[in-house]
Amino acid sequence: MSITVSNISKSYKSVKALENISFNVKEGELFGLIGPDGAGKTTLFRILTTLLIANEGSATVADFDVVIDYKKIRNNVGYMPGKFSLYQDLTIEENLNFFATIFGTTIEENYDLIKEIYVQIEPFKNRRAGKLSGGMKQKLALCCALIHKPKVLFLDEPTTGVDPVSRKEFWDMLKRLQQKGITILVSTPYMDEAALCDRIALIQDGKILQIDTPQAIVKHYPKPIFNVRANNTYQLINSLKAYEHNHSVYPFGEFVHYTDKRADFEREDLIQYLESENLSDIEIEKTLPTIEDTFMELAK
Amino acid sequence: MKRFIGFIKKEFFHIFRDRRSLFILFGMPIAQIMLFGFAITNEINNVDIAVLDHSKDATTKEIINKISASKYFSINQFIDRESDIEIIFKKGKVKAVLNFEEGFSKKLIKDNKATIQIITDATDPNTANTISNYVNAILQQYQKGLNEDITIAYQIVPQTRMVYNPELKSVYMFVPGVMTIILMLVSAMMTSISITREKELGTMEILLVSPIKPIQVIVGKVFPYIFLSIINAIVIVVLSIFIFKMPVQGNLFLLGFESVLFIITALALGILISTISATQQTAMMISLMGLMLPVILLSGFIFPISSMPIPLQVISNIIPAKWFIIIIKGIMLKGVGLQYLWKETLILVGMTIFFMGLSVKKYKIRLE
Repeated sequence: MSITVSNISKSYKSVKALENISFNVKEGELFGLIGPDGAGKTTLFRILTTLLIANEGSATVADFDVVIDYKKIRNNVGYMPGKFSLYQDLTIEENLNFFATIFGTTIEENYDLIKEIYVQIEPFKNRRAGKLSGGMKQKLALCCALIHKPKVLFLDEPTTGVDPVSRKEFWDMLKRLQQKGITILVSTPYMDEAALCDRIALIQDGKILQIDTPQAIVKHYPKPIFNVRANNTYQLINSLKAYEHNHSVYPFGEFVHYTDKRADFEREDLIQYLESENLSDIEIEKTLPTIEDTFMELAK
Repeated sequence: MKRFIGFIKKEFFHIFRDRRSLFILFGMPIAQIMLFGFAITNEINNVDIAVLDHSKDATTKEIINKISASKYFSINQFIDRESDIEIIFKKGKVKAVLNFEEGFSKKLIKDNKATIQIITDATDPNTANTISNYVNAILQQYQKGLNEDITIAYQIVPQTRMVYNPELKSVYMFVPGVMTIILMLVSAMMTSISITREKELGTMEILLVSPIKPIQVIVGKVFPYIFLSIINAIVIVVLSIFIFKMPVQGNLFLLGFESVLFIITALALGILISTISATQQTAMMISLMGLMLPVILLSGFIFPISSMPIPLQVISNIIPAKWFIIIIKGIMLKGVGLQYLWKETLILVGMTIFFMGLSVKKYKIRLE
């Protein structure tokens, strides 16, 4: 096991940030922590990177205990905090060189590991880090976290504030790093990124709701789910919420995701009801549940 | 070792890229020493005074000439009435008025006694005091000339000699003080700010999750500032020697050694401050309030420690600057060596070890 977490709890004064968290990450796995802001993701990262000590429970990273063997862990992991934490007044090259040096290595030594990412920012290598765009900053931060060839990589919300194209590129890179045998623990508030992980843990209010592969999580969604569309989405949501048989109603892109309380859903009945609410152009079709639907259902 | 050198290299990048701080770092000592050396002074030169001469005879004329011939006073105006004294003081044109009584010369010869009233504007008590002392000195000299042929039966002649600073130049007092302030400020404030900046920007988080040791971070942070502070100390000493003709009686190497010792004491304090403050703002406030004020007020730089209330005298002992000022005054003005300064030196060494130990103990290897 690359990461084991057992019964970890952590509180700040009166707030309980983590409550009895347990999970394992296998070697070479890309594991995602999916949850909204304030779910406790960052606290968990800090405990695993030896920056915080849990109130209860224990954890190991690369077979080292996070409290006792913290020095060994600090030699063997790469950590990219949620906030951009490189030296803004140093250039790309200087930042990378600095982190290579403090980890006792050089850029050349592990160049093959960062090459694919580094070539994208290399044209700007003399630009100061503070003057880079969001996507480039994240690429540089990833390079810095990788430069010493860590066994385990911790990425705390690496794509927050990054444009969709860069986000996609970033995940492609993670996939490639995984193939090189690096275990990756990544957190994200974006549900669409969850599908790209090997396994995910849905986390909310310091508790894990479910751990499984994205496919299994979706498969276990208990009810048939429907895309509903009408001429007025806002009114549609209100009407659906007022509908006596509704189980859940969430806006989802151009549709509204709807589930019904009854075992056998009657489409005609719903159409009639919506028409009586002065809605027109009504479309209802069955769709596949997504991780977001599962999360909403579990978080209820 | 490579790690450590890499870290120091990074620190120098930070320092040299922050132009404003660099300007303050090197501009401040020069500005301060010039300010204290030229503008702020206890000496009096060409003080404007007025004369109210009721007798206008040969003796008073002679005395007035003597006074106006000295470089300390220039006679601004003559007034005729007692009531004018208050008017000209209120106008603020003169700092003192000399009031000769009527029939000065006659009384002096007949009664062996005549009176001059020296009225000074004591809104500035130091200056008023100095003026009255200087006038008295001139009068005594004049009196001595009168009595040359006469032998007085019993006579006590005080012979005052001001040693180590015979001309009583105030710059001799300010240079050690300013040097102390600058070294304290640069060393303590700059390091505490530069360490807390890493905390504030989140880079400390990454440094913690890396193999670099806390001691390497601390020493790496401190090292560039030792270097810069030494340059500052040299600039101050050179300026004071060449511009203010300040003598360095003692050994320059000893002065250098003691300065480096004090710099390290101040740096240790800076590290200590950075371990207890979370933001650059707090670090700066603590450095300014907690270090600058005591250095200025309690170190004996401006106000003599012996005339402070006992509790403050006791407190002044824990201010490193007090001991450093004693040391540099000893070396620069008295020319004494380590055999006279070992006690103060040992106190500084002790303080440094204490602060270092405390900061290493307080340095957090985690975030909380």
